[in-house]
Amino acid sequence: MKFTLSWLKDHLDTTASVDEIAEALTDLGLEVEGIEDPARTLGAFRICRVIEAVQHPNADRLRLCRVETYPDGPGGRSEEVQVVCGAPNARTGLVGVFAPVGTHVPGTGVDLKPGNIRGVDSNGMLCSERELMLSDDHDGIIDLPADAPLGARFIDYRGQNDPVVEIKVTPNRPDALGVRGIARDLSARGLGTMTPLAVAPVTGGFASPIGVVIDAALKAKGCPHFAGRTIRGVTNGPSPAWLQARLKAIGLRPISALVDITNYFTFGLNRPLHVFDAARVTGDLRIHPARGDEAFGALDGKTYMLRKGQMVISDDHGPESLAGIMGGEASGCTAETRDVFLESAYWDPITIAATGRALKINSDARYRFERGVDPAFTLPGLELATRMILDLCGGEPSHVVEDGAPLDTARAYRLNPARVISLVGMEIPEATQRTTLEALGFMLQGDLASPPSWRPDILGEADLIEEVARIASLTRLQGAPLLRGTPGVPRPILTPLQVRERSARRTIAALGYNECLTYSFIDATSAALFGGGTEAVRVDNPISSEMSHLRPDLLPGLLQAAARNQARGFMDLALFEIGPAFQGGEPGDQHLQATGLLIGQSSARDPHGSRRAVDVFDAKADVEAVLQALGAPAKVQITRKAAGWWHPGRSGVIGLGPNTMASFGEVHPRILQAMDVKGPAVAFTVLVANVPLPKVKTPTRPALAISDLQAVERDFAFVVDRRVEVLTAVNAAAGVDKALIESVRVFDQFTGEKAEAQMGAGKKSIALTVRLQPQEKTLTEAEIEAVSAKIVEKVAKATGGTLRS
Amino acid sequence: MDGLDTLKARYLGAIASAADEAGLEDVRVAALGKKGEISLKMRDLGQMDPAGRQAAGALLNALKDEIDAALRAKKTALGDAALDERLKSEWLDVTLPGRPRRPGTVHPVSQVMEELTAIFADMGFSVAEGPQVESDWYNFDALNIPPEHPSRQEHDTFFMHRDPGDDRPPHVLRTHTSPVQIRAMMQEGAPIRVIAPGRVYRMDMDQTHTPMFHQAEGLAIDRDISMANLKWTLEEFCRAYFEVPSVELRFRASHFPFTEPSAEVDIRYSIVGGQLRIGEGDRWMEILGSGMVHPKVLAAAGVDPDQWQGFAFGMGIDRLAMLKYGIPDLRAFFESDLRWLRHYGFSPLDVPDLAGGLSL
Repeated sequence: MKFTLSWLKDHLDTTASVDEIAEALTDLGLEVEGIEDPARTLGAFRICRVIEAVQHPNADRLRLCRVETYPDGPGGRSEEVQVVCGAPNARTGLVGVFAPVGTHVPGTGVDLKPGNIRGVDSNGMLCSERELMLSDDHDGIIDLPADAPLGARFIDYRGQNDPVVEIKVTPNRPDALGVRGIARDLSARGLGTMTPLAVAPVTGGFASPIGVVIDAALKAKGCPHFAGRTIRGVTNGPSPAWLQARLKAIGLRPISALVDITNYFTFGLNRPLHVFDAARVTGDLRIHPARGDEAFGALDGKTYMLRKGQMVISDDHGPESLAGIMGGEASGCTAETRDVFLESAYWDPITIAATGRALKINSDARYRFERGVDPAFTLPGLELATRMILDLCGGEPSHVVEDGAPLDTARAYRLNPARVISLVGMEIPEATQRTTLEALGFMLQGDLASPPSWRPDILGEADLIEEVARIASLTRLQGAPLLRGTPGVPRPILTPLQVRERSARRTIAALGYNECLTYSFIDATSAALFGGGTEAVRVDNPISSEMSHLRPDLLPGLLQAAARNQARGFMDLALFEIGPAFQGGEPGDQHLQATGLLIGQSSARDPHGSRRAVDVFDAKADVEAVLQALGAPAKVQITRKAAGWWHPGRSGVIGLGPNTMASFGEVHPRILQAMDVKGPAVAFTVLVANVPLPKVKTPTRPALAISDLQAVERDFAFVVDRRVEVLTAVNAAAGVDKALIESVRVFDQFTGEKAEAQMGAGKKSIALTVRLQPQEKTLTEAEIEAVSAKIVEKVAKATGGTLRS
Repeated sequence: MDGLDTLKARYLGAIASAADEAGLEDVRVAALGKKGEISLKMRDLGQMDPAGRQAAGALLNALKDEIDAALRAKKTALGDAALDERLKSEWLDVTLPGRPRRPGTVHPVSQVMEELTAIFADMGFSVAEGPQVESDWYNFDALNIPPEHPSRQEHDTFFMHRDPGDDRPPHVLRTHTSPVQIRAMMQEGAPIRVIAPGRVYRMDMDQTHTPMFHQAEGLAIDRDISMANLKWTLEEFCRAYFEVPSVELRFRASHFPFTEPSAEVDIRYSIVGGQLRIGEGDRWMEILGSGMVHPKVLAAAGVDPDQWQGFAFGMGIDRLAMLKYGIPDLRAFFESDLRWLRHYGFSPLDVPDLAGGLSL
């Protein structure tokens, strides 16, 4: 919303400066977004006279001017300045516009400095209109009548000294979409007094030939009140200069007197109006819901297909106006218009919003009606506008035609001064609270406050408090400590899952991964590769096709991130993300994943030969570290039933019974190909919430049991089938004597062609170290032999293998 | 016992001139071995009379100890010399790089969320969470934004697909973290103090907007919490978060459907040499929106507005991170450019904590 200072002063009698007004507006909740103050940019340009202009001694096209300037303004001392000027019209006796040294010239962007042009001093500038950015005129310097007041600011002389203020109006304040509403806030703040707005009804001389009927269906809601009148014999020429200047200042293009008047009411009083060319209206106007088959040619030159139920104004031929949103082209006013029908109506905000949104029409009228104009101002607005049309365009008014009645907005809320103080935390005396509300137009009776008709947003006691607080100024609010409910050391506040999310993040980062945050939505194709991409998780209005579906998994986002980094030449990547993945489209259909992705080599080439390709066992080590950090039990099951985006032979699932805690492995090569990632890539995903919480709820550790007796380690190698899992052998060995066997470690594996050459086709060898820790007495050789024999027997039985000889 | 001095001189000489451990061992065997010269003399003691044995024994023992000590000293000296000799050949180029380690990083948004949590936890707030696909009711209606309210348009909402035949209003991707207020109050009732950090979504993508970003909601409800308490809380938060001695906040009246009165909050700052300085200067920057929770919102969440009152605020986490850590571009937060992650990321061990300072 833009307005000029002079426009504001039509409604507010004030001596406040534009800066004071701007500061108050921002504080009141009408945030100033910009001020264009000509005095600030053009205040230094003053009217001067050229005493004498002579030829520059060293340049054909330049003139040397002795300029009479008045730095202190009209009537002040004069000062003669020498200026070199290249304008063809620079001549003796010219009255023009002078900018002294030090002035910023907006049209050139230059700050004037004392100069010397071809050997002659020049101290200032004689300006063209373009240099002041007042017009495109640069045929010569400004050439004013001889009687122009010397020393006056040019903007004052030209009437262009009106500062323009732009404010942001929040959706609850339709009243501030008119200059008068803004003035009211300022007067309540004490920055001036409202000027009265006298509404004298215009007496009509005849019955309007155009009548008005509101369909019964719309009278209750939609259009409760419609008023209008015919005005005969108007002349629709250009509007007066003052009106054009105001509209131009706020960014509107002057069109014709009638159109300009409607805009003037829209922005001045938040009272949008419409003017029909009466000659192009046949029969009465009817406000009704559209049938759904009408085509409507609007004033913006476009044709809209109306949907059933949208509110329109029709004459006998069909729709002439999209009620409260935009007039029709067919019945719009032109320079030839002689007879007009002036409309002032109250349109229901919800109905207007729905139609405007459906047809995607944005207009100043829609903007205001959907926020709510003053329902009590329909008739006064009509009378004031009639008066202005008669004043500017002439003509003869009819009686008012009207259907419906002003919406009843009467309501009252209790003002509880103590509650205001308690809620705001500021001492605002009751008397101040009451005068504030009265200044805003509230009626007070006892402790009941009735909001004015132009404030549809006031719907309860809380709204009264807000009004009082905002006028009192929240800037003045002093902080008051909010003490913790309970004294002492704060208790922990994170939930177990929140703690785990943090542990997972810090652990994975500590393992050398870089944390990424990727979008929660991805493209349909990638989503489908990871078991998602269904209709249930589709965003109906995605911002791009790359972001159409909620992600079913964190891997696709990380793979896309990897592809982007690879394209930049970064081939060795360790990326991770912790965040939600979505299994469905209902609230709560999300779960927390912690996913890590390794691609390329473990490190750059180095003299120690550290560099090697990352593989599944890097991912496995990392996922085990994460699970350990989350407190997962040491004993888990590893199965091979990973989802389809994992390599079928090189991936595993870590679980406890039916509960899946994590997956790890190589990403399926087909997925990498589809996602343009140069592989191989290994990854892990931890389903954080699936890791069971530890059963032990005490910080006390179990007692440390150490034996002083000598532990014994024995190595065993077995020849087994190539696809026998080593864990089978480990578990078999460990199960031989759980008390005695402290640990079983795999320390070697021998596979491949050489192994098969030695041990037979389809065979491999695995080697275990078993550590025996006696608790009561040192083991004898015979006891060790007995256990060893049993280990060999059990492992052989479990794996179908034999001890390697 | 003549000759002991000669013996001593001879062996000490031999020890001194032994060139290596083998030579030294020969000397030891010759002197103190089973058939060594001194050992044999010890054995001869048995044939002496007690008086002579006592005198000679003492002398012999002294000689034996002396030779033994000399042998040990020489052995150590030889060992040291041999080690010195070996070390002379053991030279490595220590300017070679160490074995590589891959430094990981934590994303600034995660770090800042933990900073917020540390600060608000100290003020008695816990952390609430809510779903990111949200029902229309939680995201709008319960927050006093009825279906046709113009501010719904200003939310640039992402809607989820609805199957034909399912007549419920479409779910939305939450446009703010405010619905968590409702869920938290419904679960815990009043009094309550929570913050709710998390992802939010708006249909907006340009130089300064991304369709997903992060907000943190704050909510404090009790019998007599006032807007002055809100201001203090935010002042304390900003001072702690920006790690400056003091901050100055300015409240400006504004409008949010779910709070009343509502205020936008500006913070005093300056720019010195291209660097943002919070807490000084003569410029104001908007950093968050806040207000007193609207009675209708309390009622929607099952909290009696005649009994309870309090404040709520919402702030952009990404923006807070940008301001504090001098990160210029929001879009880069979600691009996962390795160079960016390394540069703006945090060490995994930099866990924010108030005792040691959040970041300094």
